[in-house]
Amino acid sequence: MRPQEDQTRFTESSWMSSNLGPSAQQALISHQRSWSPYVDNGGTVLALAGRDYAVVAADTRFSVGFSVPSRNLTKIVRLTDQAVLASAGMGADRQYLHKILRSRLEVYKYQHQKQMSLSAIAQLLSNTLYSRRFFPIYAFNVLGGIDDNTGEGFVFGYDAIGSFEKVKVVCSGSGQTLVQPVLDQQLAGRQKYDLPDDQRMASLSLDEAIELTRDVFNSAAERDILTGDAVEIYAVTGSGVRYERHSLRQD
Amino acid sequence: MFRSQYDTDVTTFSPQGRLLQVEYAMEAVKQGSAVVGVRSSTHVVLATLKRSFSDLAWHQRKIVSIDEHIGVAISGIAADARVLTKRMRDECLQHRFVYGSAMPVSRLVNVIADLCQKCTQRVSRRPYGVGMLIAGVDETGPRLFQTCPSGEAYDLIGMALGSRSQSARTYLERHDEEVSSATREELIRHAVAALRETLASTRDLTLTAENCAIGVVGVGSDTRFHLYEYEEVQPLLDACSLESSPLQSASAGGADPPAADPEATDDATMQDAP
Amino acid sequence: MHSVKLVPCELTTEPIVTGSSVLGVQCADGVVLACDTLASYGSLARFQRVTRFHQPAAGVVIAGGGEYSDLQQLFRITDNVYRQEFCHEDGWELTPRALHQYLSRLLYARRSRLDPLYNTVAVAGKGRFLGMVDMYGTAIETNLVATGIGTLLALPLLRKRWHEGLTMDDGLACLEDCLRVLYYRDCRALRTIQVAKVSDSGETFISEPYDLGNLQWKVAHAVTEKLMI
Repeated sequence: MRPQEDQTRFTESSWMSSNLGPSAQQALISHQRSWSPYVDNGGTVLALAGRDYAVVAADTRFSVGFSVPSRNLTKIVRLTDQAVLASAGMGADRQYLHKILRSRLEVYKYQHQKQMSLSAIAQLLSNTLYSRRFFPIYAFNVLGGIDDNTGEGFVFGYDAIGSFEKVKVVCSGSGQTLVQPVLDQQLAGRQKYDLPDDQRMASLSLDEAIELTRDVFNSAAERDILTGDAVEIYAVTGSGVRYERHSLRQD
Repeated sequence: MFRSQYDTDVTTFSPQGRLLQVEYAMEAVKQGSAVVGVRSSTHVVLATLKRSFSDLAWHQRKIVSIDEHIGVAISGIAADARVLTKRMRDECLQHRFVYGSAMPVSRLVNVIADLCQKCTQRVSRRPYGVGMLIAGVDETGPRLFQTCPSGEAYDLIGMALGSRSQSARTYLERHDEEVSSATREELIRHAVAALRETLASTRDLTLTAENCAIGVVGVGSDTRFHLYEYEEVQPLLDACSLESSPLQSASAGGADPPAADPEATDDATMQDAP
Repeated sequence: MHSVKLVPCELTTEPIVTGSSVLGVQCADGVVLACDTLASYGSLARFQRVTRFHQPAAGVVIAGGGEYSDLQQLFRITDNVYRQEFCHEDGWELTPRALHQYLSRLLYARRSRLDPLYNTVAVAGKGRFLGMVDMYGTAIETNLVATGIGTLLALPLLRKRWHEGLTMDDGLACLEDCLRVLYYRDCRALRTIQVAKVSDSGETFISEPYDLGNLQWKVAHAVTEKLMI
């Protein structure tokens, strides 16, 4: 029974190296597997940034195929007073990722006597995802927060293996294709080539941004069966993190 | 120091049944500057005296926070303490990772005690020359423990380690009943008063914001271990000196003079390097 | 590069002997779990009187579906955890929530080794704790638990009937009704069931297997005829 228990031990090396032990490698080679270690639990996550705030939002539905085992499973973790992470994709991988990130941030806090900055967290998340390059963490992350020095809001969008981009607005997960084009049009102004560069980024107030977030989640819940039940919204500003939650359609 | 033919390695018993190397390690604890820990029914307070080994140097760190709910005060070889406190932090993180909850203080103490014990049974290892007062709060309430280089651990209501700590212990023994029912403020005052008892020499004349650090953890609004240092500790010290007269007089009127540890010397510069 | 020896090895990737749904409901005065006592061998109702419940300590009950041998292994691991806790002799014991987290780490670690424990487990405990963990290691704390085909057939019924202030007796009645529905529709279900109750204070009761009763088959032919059309 000891091996199983040892597997739950959480060490520096287990964060950084692939979790594939020899037996798993054998298994991969010697059999064609019908069982998959992955499952898509759906859900939509969104992050958008303004001049002095960032909004991070996600729905709370946890689906497996066509069933909804839970209507209230959070996809968001508050990492520091300046950074909030939301992850769509597989629930178990998300919970694992959030746990090790929080542990890593604790270690950083002890070693440096301060909170990790947003850009450092962004790089840490990328490294963590890439450390499992060949057995990816099936989570699609958006990280939002405010910059340590300037107080400006920024968000980061990721793929499952750690590529990331610093942007002003990003959406991931099952509702991505419904939400992202709307956000692009509304916020980043990517289609409006006649606008000068400095006006193309979000010029919304925080309240307007939250309003927009609620609208796009209501829209996504209309058409995406994996999105719904409730939306959790975290607003990161210089004065801290504010949380709110609103119902979405439950069918 | 005396020499013995039975102290060349840690695993050899003397004919009296003693492990001399382990006892020498225990002596290292007494060389550090004093740390005091007291526990009431609601709180634990650590009070420490920080040395600076030179006028050009910053004061050393004597209190380390381990997790949200645990902090330790150290006396002895600071480098050894760094190893142990890192291990304690890792254990607490590990516990949070697997069980999703804060580690019980007694469990953490057991881990460290076992770690220290291992060093007393291998020729190739050296005992950790550090004593710790571990203060924390968990579902059983506030807890205070002491760990030794020998691998022993004690569950306590009050203790002092380090140079001239005997006088602080004497103070705590005299006030043990008041301490157990003390409020947060009273407990801090007792801890500071006990720590003051250790200030006999010319060098550490008074407790100041520079040379004193206080850690507090308890039930209610104090479940997070809070470390008061520098400007934060000054108000606590001020409060203590204003209202300390009854506490001070109680011990000043006592019969036995504060006895210094015979082994502890003030000029042990090898210890507690910052 | 490391060289990998090709040694034949067997891991659970498809279940052989399986248990079906487990249901759980959080009530105003405690938590109730229920499931049948069947371990199927494919479509054969192979073992008809096995327990899928386990009580590792006072005030905690776990119940599971999926591969039955994995479930037994999981129970043994849980027992071991509690035994180690006991050996600390410091009066501490794992809270139901801590066990739930532990199981999620265990199942996640196993799925990450591609050697999963093929189970979905419900954890009920004192302090009105109810949670479930799936074979991937997803930990869910919720007021209603249904696993397997129960998420499709029983969960909607439970959601409809659940309300604040539901007593354990009412909750048990709900679960029995859901198990009846499952018995009508789930070909891997049995009419012999077992229930477990854990009160707020930790009083734990696991029933002997008993017959569901009150089953109504008079309309069965109508359902079949309709399907024939």
